[in-house]
Amino acid sequence: MSESLATFAYIGATILFILSLGGLSNPETARRGNLFGMLGMAIAVLATVFGPRVTLGGIGYIVAALVVGGAIGLYAARKVQMTQMPELVALMHSLVGLAACLVGFASYVDTSLKLEGAEKVIHEVEVYVGILIGAVTFSGSIVAFGKLSGKIGGKPLLLPARHLLNLAALLVVIWFGRQFIAAPDVASGMTPLIVMTVIALLFGIHMVMAIGGADMPVVVSMLNSYSGWAAAATGFMLSNDLLIVTGALVGSSGAILSYIMCRAMNRNFISVIAGGFGGGAPAPKAAGGAAEPQGEVQPVSAAETAELLREAKSVIIVPGYGMAVAQAQHTVYEITKLLREKGVNVRFAIHPVAGRMPGHMNVLLAEAKVPYDIVMEMDEINEDFPDADVSMVIGANDIVNPAAQDDPSSPIAGMPVLEVWKARTSIVMKRSMASGYAGVDNPLFYKDNNRMLFGDAKKMLDEVLGALKG
Amino acid sequence: MWIGVPKELAAGEKRVATVPDVVEKLVKLGFSVAVESGAGDAANFADDTYRAAGAEVVPSAADLWSRADIVFKVRPPTADEVAQLREGATLIGFVWPAQNPELMAQLQARKATALAIDCLPRQLSRAQKMDALTSMAGISGYRAVIEAANAFGRFFNGQITAAGKVPPAKVFIAGAGVAGLAAIGTAANLGAIVRANDTRAEVADQVKSLGGEFVKVDYEEEGSGGGGYARVMSEGFQAAQRAMYAQQAKDADIIITTALIPGKPAPRLITAEMVQTMKPGSVIVDMAAEQGGNCELTVPGEAVVRHGVTIVGYTDLASRLAKQSSTLYSTNLLRLTEELCKTKDGQINVNFEDDAIRGLTVVKDGAVTWPAPPPMLPPAPPAKPAAAAAAPKAPAHGHGPGEPMSAKSLAIVFAVGAVLFWLVGAYAPASFLQHFTVFVLACFVGYMVVWNVTPSLHTPLMSVTNAISSIIAIGALVQIAPPLDAAGAADRPNTLILVMAVVALVLTAVNMFGGFAVTRRMLAMFRK
Repeated sequence: MSESLATFAYIGATILFILSLGGLSNPETARRGNLFGMLGMAIAVLATVFGPRVTLGGIGYIVAALVVGGAIGLYAARKVQMTQMPELVALMHSLVGLAACLVGFASYVDTSLKLEGAEKVIHEVEVYVGILIGAVTFSGSIVAFGKLSGKIGGKPLLLPARHLLNLAALLVVIWFGRQFIAAPDVASGMTPLIVMTVIALLFGIHMVMAIGGADMPVVVSMLNSYSGWAAAATGFMLSNDLLIVTGALVGSSGAILSYIMCRAMNRNFISVIAGGFGGGAPAPKAAGGAAEPQGEVQPVSAAETAELLREAKSVIIVPGYGMAVAQAQHTVYEITKLLREKGVNVRFAIHPVAGRMPGHMNVLLAEAKVPYDIVMEMDEINEDFPDADVSMVIGANDIVNPAAQDDPSSPIAGMPVLEVWKARTSIVMKRSMASGYAGVDNPLFYKDNNRMLFGDAKKMLDEVLGALKG
Repeated sequence: MWIGVPKELAAGEKRVATVPDVVEKLVKLGFSVAVESGAGDAANFADDTYRAAGAEVVPSAADLWSRADIVFKVRPPTADEVAQLREGATLIGFVWPAQNPELMAQLQARKATALAIDCLPRQLSRAQKMDALTSMAGISGYRAVIEAANAFGRFFNGQITAAGKVPPAKVFIAGAGVAGLAAIGTAANLGAIVRANDTRAEVADQVKSLGGEFVKVDYEEEGSGGGGYARVMSEGFQAAQRAMYAQQAKDADIIITTALIPGKPAPRLITAEMVQTMKPGSVIVDMAAEQGGNCELTVPGEAVVRHGVTIVGYTDLASRLAKQSSTLYSTNLLRLTEELCKTKDGQINVNFEDDAIRGLTVVKDGAVTWPAPPPMLPPAPPAKPAAAAAAPKAPAHGHGPGEPMSAKSLAIVFAVGAVLFWLVGAYAPASFLQHFTVFVLACFVGYMVVWNVTPSLHTPLMSVTNAISSIIAIGALVQIAPPLDAAGAADRPNTLILVMAVVALVLTAVNMFGGFAVTRRMLAMFRK
């Protein structure tokens, strides 16, 4: 395949990638979008393998590597539970980060490239930046994986003077960058490069460690963005437009997702990255004494819940991370089906940051076969709560906290929340009275029209289902 | 505090302001309740049931009035009753301050506080639970259909029997307010063909939802007068409306009119000529009889036969369903009491900060406070602002798809961008610039495309972008075995590069295949 033919194939792949992202705008076209993505990737890989930059001797290695990696990937994709999607995605980001690092090092030690002057400097900057981003993505994703899978605690780790530490790391990285570019040959450039890589790895760990569990959706999408930028940096390094374009697509899409998530929590992007919110900051109880919720919670039994649901005309279900943990989505769907057969209007209200990654709840509900046209976004359904007879909150807390609207001293003040308390009756399913990830007490529990159903979400829902059938 | 419930004195009034169930709840709120002996008799609530619920039954009205700190009434009190009201006491019930200026003066003289349930700001959704006008209107609408059925000599539903075919009754309902809608639902449930008209076009869907058919007036004009009420229409519209009514009168077996405009005599919709054109045996129920009637021939308070058509002008439709209306009315008053007594200690607080209570209060401690200033109305359409208010956006948090960036931040972004581009352009070589152009354009494309992604697909979006980011495989591919010229190949550490590239390729292959496969699996689950 000639150079120009390969370029042409790259253009085709680029267009397919754009169509792929565009296809995801709608569940109807999403499957086609994914297909476009696969097609684009196949074209890109084939055009490269048969293109002028790969000689025949490499084909054996390439096929072997693809078969081994592909088998592992397909196996993981088949085995993964839908509730573990965030972990899987985080783990995959780390692979891209590590690959970017390796390609960067390989490119640096490759002496067959003969560059002079400004071009050489630019190439070295590209290598340096590419490895930097790759390393941060790698270690950050590993930590995010650990946090999401519960191997590392969800509480943010806050080192003293962490902002100064980060600043110092940045300055050191820049200083070694100068050393690296000034280095006359590969051997002497290696030391600053490795030092920088170690610092970048530590920086990635530190960055994600400092972020609380409630902010994980932002982190996951941010790492997604980084893996894109890493690919783009590699593209610059290798003068490959396809890599640049695709990396930029992925990078900007991840950045926008992070931004959407931040907006859903009414948080500044910078403050999320800088860390120190989700769980560490003690709620300023002493300062805002008036904000202390008053009254008693009113517990309710599964049978009474079933009674309330049966008599309702309109029910809105608000799932949260608790539903994912308890694997209760199938029972939720059974209840939904039963109620819909009885003519009850059942809908789902999804908060943008419910769960541990963007769209997490939608995927779980889809897995349980809940039709997507009764699953609503916050903006679509929030004004319908006053008309609902029952709103049922399953393992969610901060996203239904009225303090976000009423109490300016609350740490989550101003965050848009689902107004479940406006329904005639709200039922909150919870294991105990513990506070949510944000560590903020929830006045919803003490409202007159609120009932608490204590217990494991799956177990309690099974009982509700039994009572509904009985 | 003592709540007193006297027997209603108005002739034919069967309702009572509080029923035993509600007494129980009032006692729980910390109040003591006194009920006049026989107050609930007409609504089938015996004295004993009140006693069982925890009320004290007081034999004489005088005793009750002298004791009560708060009096629950249905009809506006008579002059004698007000004279017995304790100084500084509170009266809760229908007052109609506009129609009853003497009553207002009397209440003032007694230094009373009066909460007129008819003055409730109904447009506040919070106030709906206290809205006695609505609950009474619903009952009246139901009863109007029952009265019509009573006077009508045929079935409502169509039937085909061995004794012959019966056509369904045709019911026309003028005015689709609360009473009209209740009448539509009731008549449709009985099996009649129901048509309805209202000057407010937005109620068409509500009419349809209850099983009625909405009849439009063939004239373009919007009749919403704010606050959910209708308003007076133009001459041209009225002519078209008359024509439509004449048409319906000829066709319908039963006409139920509910048209009212607040503070005005009821509009004359059905003329004597229209009544003449109706089939003999037809029925008109005029629910606006008290305000003069929608039909020219209505006699308020009576059912009369004119030109072979029965015209029912009862003004006590709700009272004719005394048990039901007493129950709903007393629940409305209970909700109001709960609002007044947030502390649940049997004391009331007439809090003027509360829009609903402010609107209700027509006299406070002897000072007239009517009419209340209009409450802060949600501007129409009321849906969106509520959501916007819930999500106040700090300007630092940027902009969304539908909301353009402020001019200032836009200018800053452009300025920073321009400086960066100038720096790059000034120092970078041409080949880099070419790549850089591609990079910037791709960022923009990504930005445009991703904003359209629906939030429910954010997880698949992430996993597909993650799969796509394994395009970095290309980087590894070109390093595995590039075509080398002799000069370059000499000191290239081939093995090292090969190992690194192969490892990188394995990693990206995991990502590539795994990412696309898991996205596929997820997307397959999304179904309608």
